[in-house]
Amino acid sequence: MLTKAMSAVDEHGVIDNNAARKLLPWYKKLIWHCKHFWQHWLLVLPAMVFVALFAYVPMYGIQLAFRDFVPSKGLTGGKWVGFKYFKQFFTSPMFASTMLNTFKISLGTLILGFIAPIILALLINQIGSTKVKGFVQTITYMPHFISTVVVVAMLNIFLTPDTGLIGKLFGTGTSMLDDPNAIAPIYWISEMWQHCGWNAIIYLAALSSVDLSLYEAAKMDGAGRLQLIRYVDLPTIMPTCVILLIMNMGSVLNVGFEKVWLMQNAMNLPGSEVISTYTFKIGIQSFQFSYGTAIGLFNTVINFAFLIIANWISKRVSETSIF
Amino acid sequence: MTQISGKVASSDRFKSPFSRGQSRQKQQKSLSDRFVDVMIVIAIIAVVVVVLYPLWFIIIASFSDQTKVSSGQVTIWPQGFTLAGYLRVFQDTRIWTGYRNTIIYTVLGTALNLVVTLPAAFALSRVEFKPRRLLLFLFTFTMYFAGGLIPNYLLFKQLGLLNSMWVFILPGAVSVWNLIIARSFFETSIPEDLHDAAQIDGLSLIGYFMRVVIPLSSAIIAVIGLYYFVGHWNDYFTGLIYIRDDSMQPLQNVLQSILLANQTNQMGSGNGGQNVMQQQQIADQIKYGVILVSTLPLLVIYPFLQKYFNKGVMIGAVKG
Repeated sequence: MLTKAMSAVDEHGVIDNNAARKLLPWYKKLIWHCKHFWQHWLLVLPAMVFVALFAYVPMYGIQLAFRDFVPSKGLTGGKWVGFKYFKQFFTSPMFASTMLNTFKISLGTLILGFIAPIILALLINQIGSTKVKGFVQTITYMPHFISTVVVVAMLNIFLTPDTGLIGKLFGTGTSMLDDPNAIAPIYWISEMWQHCGWNAIIYLAALSSVDLSLYEAAKMDGAGRLQLIRYVDLPTIMPTCVILLIMNMGSVLNVGFEKVWLMQNAMNLPGSEVISTYTFKIGIQSFQFSYGTAIGLFNTVINFAFLIIANWISKRVSETSIF
Repeated sequence: MTQISGKVASSDRFKSPFSRGQSRQKQQKSLSDRFVDVMIVIAIIAVVVVVLYPLWFIIIASFSDQTKVSSGQVTIWPQGFTLAGYLRVFQDTRIWTGYRNTIIYTVLGTALNLVVTLPAAFALSRVEFKPRRLLLFLFTFTMYFAGGLIPNYLLFKQLGLLNSMWVFILPGAVSVWNLIIARSFFETSIPEDLHDAAQIDGLSLIGYFMRVVIPLSSAIIAVIGLYYFVGHWNDYFTGLIYIRDDSMQPLQNVLQSILLANQTNQMGSGNGGQNVMQQQQIADQIKYGVILVSTLPLLVIYPFLQKYFNKGVMIGAVKG
């Protein structure tokens, strides 16, 4: 005990406070910690309470997916039934079509939503005048702040056959929104229209950090405009691209509920029923709570798996990762 | 209108004194660069038009005579100027109720968001606070893994949040994304010397946060305040799932039900004469007006906050 205590004293006989503190019994350490850090804890406490209550308690409620729902027991559920509800989902006729629709809608959004902002950022970065640059940025960010309800209303207006801005190009008859095969492309393109400018900001930020001497050096070597983009700009934003791609992979099955829900109608349902809307119909509208939880959990797990895999691959390939 | 930078224009400025071959090469390059320049200008103009025109169209259509809108005469400016749509929108009490509700939810919600998020972000930015790594992990984890819709619904039910205004305010009190952005800001933009000085002057950590950090953080407060504000304002999901009373529905849900009612009007208008046509036109007019009226507040605050965007997102980009 004494030799251990001596380790906190250096050769001059001076006590190292940090080393000495480590020798204290745990409860004294705790008291010391509270005394020094109570203000830090006080500042994070509200956020911790909210996250614990509204994120971790529902996570605890995931067990409902493996239990029969009993109204009196709420979140914790009743009898343990194992994978019954998962099996029910996998064997249901809705499984294949909802999975397919979800993948189709989200994968296209992911790919377009990944590439388009990069191109836009490279384009905007080519503008010399700061005024014009600012103007283009202001314009392209704007749609990001419009609500989903309004965007879908605009889609309805523009795609109205005969009279709509786009609808009249496609002739008469039914609206494109009623076509199950057209729903996914409409979703991708409208998402791109809405968020492309906003998502380009992050690349523009990265591009603003390009070392100007690189341009000079490349020009000396006879690089043209396109080559400057290809060999200077693009490599600069590559790490940012990879990180964003990984983060987007984490939401590969997270098709925005609101938008699909608002776009759905009886006609396009075969192409627009996705996991989140199906969960809502099963769980909330027809009160099959356990079944709904199971579908939701399945969705989360797939997303999480994609995130982990993307992160792992990127760690291997480019040494960039988010954790 | 668009000026492209002179970054590559060097070939015009000095002629190569070395060899003819080289200078010819340079001339060719500048030709192809010119072509690229033109393509870039065209692409940028195209982007601006594609983004802006749909919004502009909604605006001019809302002021136009609907027969002219549906016959395609309205393209650049309003035709047959009228305010009929707006008059009807403003006479609709549902809109006003929705407006009032949304303003209440948005103001209270955003205030709570900031009061909860900023202190937590600050505490998590302090290097000497060792548990911050674990806490940050616990926060970030919720971004990627969540209980899902049904457990949330049941929890809200048990807490008595269903069909209550608090469901708009409490559950979304912390957005982890905004928390991370704010934390990065505190880490990178507030010099640590200030903390030392404040300590010497006898300020506690909370005192330092309130009196030194907050006054220096207007940029980040504006940015995440805007994110939260927009999130509340545009929220349709909460009203759809957790609220049953029409009198408590926020603006977006009111908007949707008005649009939907108009659509069913449209469908039922198959066999009808003048009257149905007129009704249809009124419905269209309302549609445009209501879209604009509900988006107006955002468009009004947008220019004022716009200068902070780049700053804010850049901070988010530097996350650790």
